[in-house]
Amino acid sequence: MSRRTPEPMSERTRLASSGARAAVVGSMNRQPGGDVAKGNIFFALLLLAVGIAMLALAAVIVQSAIKGAPSFGLHLITDGPSTIFPEKAGFRPAIIGSLYLILGVLILVVPIGVGAAVYLEEYADSTRWWNRLIELNIQNLAAVPSIIYGILGLAFIVRGPLSLGFIALAGSLTLSLLVLPTVIIAAREAVRAVPPSIREGSLALGATQWQTIRRQVLPASIPGIATGVILALSRAIGEAAPLLLVGAATFVTFDPQPLSGGYSAMPVQIFNYALRPQDEFKVVAAAGVILMLVVLLAMNSFAIWLRNRYEQQW
Amino acid sequence: MLERVADQAKRATGAATGRKDAPEIDVSGVTEGVRHGHALKGSDTIFDLKDLTVRYNGQPAVKDVTMDVHENEITALIGPSGCGKSTLIRCFNRMNDLIPTATVEGHCFYHGQDLYDSKVDPVEVRKRIGMVFQKPNPFPKSIFDNVAFGPKVLGLKDVSERVERALRGAALWDEVKDRLDQNAYGMSGGQQQRLCIARCIAVDPDVILMDEPCSALDPISTGKIEDLMLELKEQYSIVIVTHNMQQAARVSNRTAFLIVELSASEKDRWGELVEYDDTDKIFTNPADPRTEDYVTGKVG
Repeated sequence: MSRRTPEPMSERTRLASSGARAAVVGSMNRQPGGDVAKGNIFFALLLLAVGIAMLALAAVIVQSAIKGAPSFGLHLITDGPSTIFPEKAGFRPAIIGSLYLILGVLILVVPIGVGAAVYLEEYADSTRWWNRLIELNIQNLAAVPSIIYGILGLAFIVRGPLSLGFIALAGSLTLSLLVLPTVIIAAREAVRAVPPSIREGSLALGATQWQTIRRQVLPASIPGIATGVILALSRAIGEAAPLLLVGAATFVTFDPQPLSGGYSAMPVQIFNYALRPQDEFKVVAAAGVILMLVVLLAMNSFAIWLRNRYEQQW
Repeated sequence: MLERVADQAKRATGAATGRKDAPEIDVSGVTEGVRHGHALKGSDTIFDLKDLTVRYNGQPAVKDVTMDVHENEITALIGPSGCGKSTLIRCFNRMNDLIPTATVEGHCFYHGQDLYDSKVDPVEVRKRIGMVFQKPNPFPKSIFDNVAFGPKVLGLKDVSERVERALRGAALWDEVKDRLDQNAYGMSGGQQQRLCIARCIAVDPDVILMDEPCSALDPISTGKIEDLMLELKEQYSIVIVTHNMQQAARVSNRTAFLIVELSASEKDRWGELVEYDDTDKIFTNPADPRTEDYVTGKVG
C-alpha cells in the first residue's frame, strides 16, 4: 500500500491535535503512592506466606536428610530392627507391615466408599431427612481426630464384637474407618462432576439407571475416584496414633503376617527409634523419616499425575 | 432431492403469499401419503394426548393439552419462551420421571397404550421413543462406542452393522468412517448433534423426539440437520420443539402452537395449546388470532 502524503494542516488543526496529544501522553503513566503501594504490600505478604510454608517443608526435609544421611543405605529396607547395633537397624518388618495395612485399606475402602458415594449421588432422595443426616455425618467423621479411631478399633475390632486381637487386619479395619469419609467425599465429587446431560442421553436410549451408572457415570469418574483413594491411602500410611492403640507393637523382629501375629508400621517404628536414648538411633529414625517422605511424595505425585492425565474436561 | 426442493419452495411461497394453488407434486407413489397443501389423510395416529397436564411442585407448567401425532410425519411444537414446549415433549418418552418434583395428569396414548399406566416400564418406553437434546451430549467415548452404546445395553445383535447403518442414516458415515475410534468430543457441534441422532436411531426407535436440536448450532449445520429430518421421517415419526418459526414452516407437516397463560393474580404461569393443524394452515390461515399474531411476528 502506498503511503499517502499527509495533507498540510491548518494552524487550528495543528494546535488541536497537539493539545489532544499532550492530554493523553503521560496521563496513563503509573502514579506513585496510594493504591499501587497497597497492592505491592499485599503481594509481598502473599509471598511471605508462601515462603513460610515452603520453609517449613524444607526444614523437615533438610533436617532429616542431614541427620539421617549417615544411616542411609539398603540395609534400612532389608534389615530388621535391632536394639544393640544401631548401624544394622532397619525398617524391614515395619515396611512389610505398612504394605499389608495399606493393601487391606485399599481392598476395604474402595468398594465401600464408591458404593456409598454412588448411593448418595444416584439413588438417595436428598430431600429426605435421613439422607441429609448421613451426609452431615460423613462430613463430620472426616474431621474426627485419628486417636479416636484408635480407641474405636481397640474397643470393637481388637476386643468386643469382632475380637480379632492385635493383628494387621485389625489395623487395616481401623485405618479404613479413618479414611473412609475422605474417600466417600472424593468419590461423590467425582460422580457429581459427570454432567446430568450424559445420564439423560443414556436413559433416553432405553438404558436402565444401573446400566447408566455402570457404563457411563462410573467409567467417567474413575480418575477422580482414583485420585481420592490414593490421597486417602497416603494419609493412612502416615498415621501412628490409631495404630499404637490397636497393637502395632513397637518392636517386631520378624516379618509380619496379615491375619495373625504382631505387626508394625513405618510411623510407629520411627517413633520407637526416636524414643531411644542413644543418639545413633535418632539417626536411624531420621533416615526412616526420609524414607517415608519419599514414599509419600511418590504416592501424591502419582495421584496428581493421574488426575492431570485422565481428568475429563466437560 | 429435486422434489424436496420443489416442495420446500412451494411451501415457502405458500407461506409468503398465502396462496395454495401451486400444483401438487406426489412423490410417494407407495402410500397415498399426500404432501403439503392439502389436509393430510392416510397417516396413522401414534400419539394421542388427552388433557395432559404437567406440574412442578403442584404448580402447572402446561395444562390440558389434547392433540394427536401421526406416523411418518414431522410434528412441530412452537410458541414463546415458557409455554411448556420442552415439558410437553418430555412427556412423550417419560423423561419427566427424572424430575422428582414433576407430576403428570391426563393421558398420553402411544398406539393405544397409556404411557403413564402404572404397569408400563419407562425403560421400555424409551427403547421405542428416542430423544435428541438441545445441546449435543455425546458420551466421553469414541465415535463407534457412542453409537454402539444403545445396541449394546439393549442386547441387540450385529452391533457393527447397526453402527454403520445408523451413521449412514445420520449422514455422518463418510465423514467419520476413517476415525471411528477417535473421541467424539473432537467433532464440531453440528457433527456431534448428528452423532446424537445416529446414536438415537441405532436402537431402531419408532419415534424421534427433538428438543430444539438446532438452537446450539450454526446455520449451515442447522440446514444439514433439517435435511436429515426430512429424510428420517420416511422411516421414523418425528416430534420437534423449535423456537424458530421458519424452521417449523420448513420441515414440519403439522404444527402445534402453545402460549403462556397467566393466572388472575398473575403469579402463576403455564402453557396451553392454542391451535394444532397442518403447518400450511397454521402459517397461512390460522384459525385463532393469537396464532396469527405469533406467526406474523406481531408478538414474540
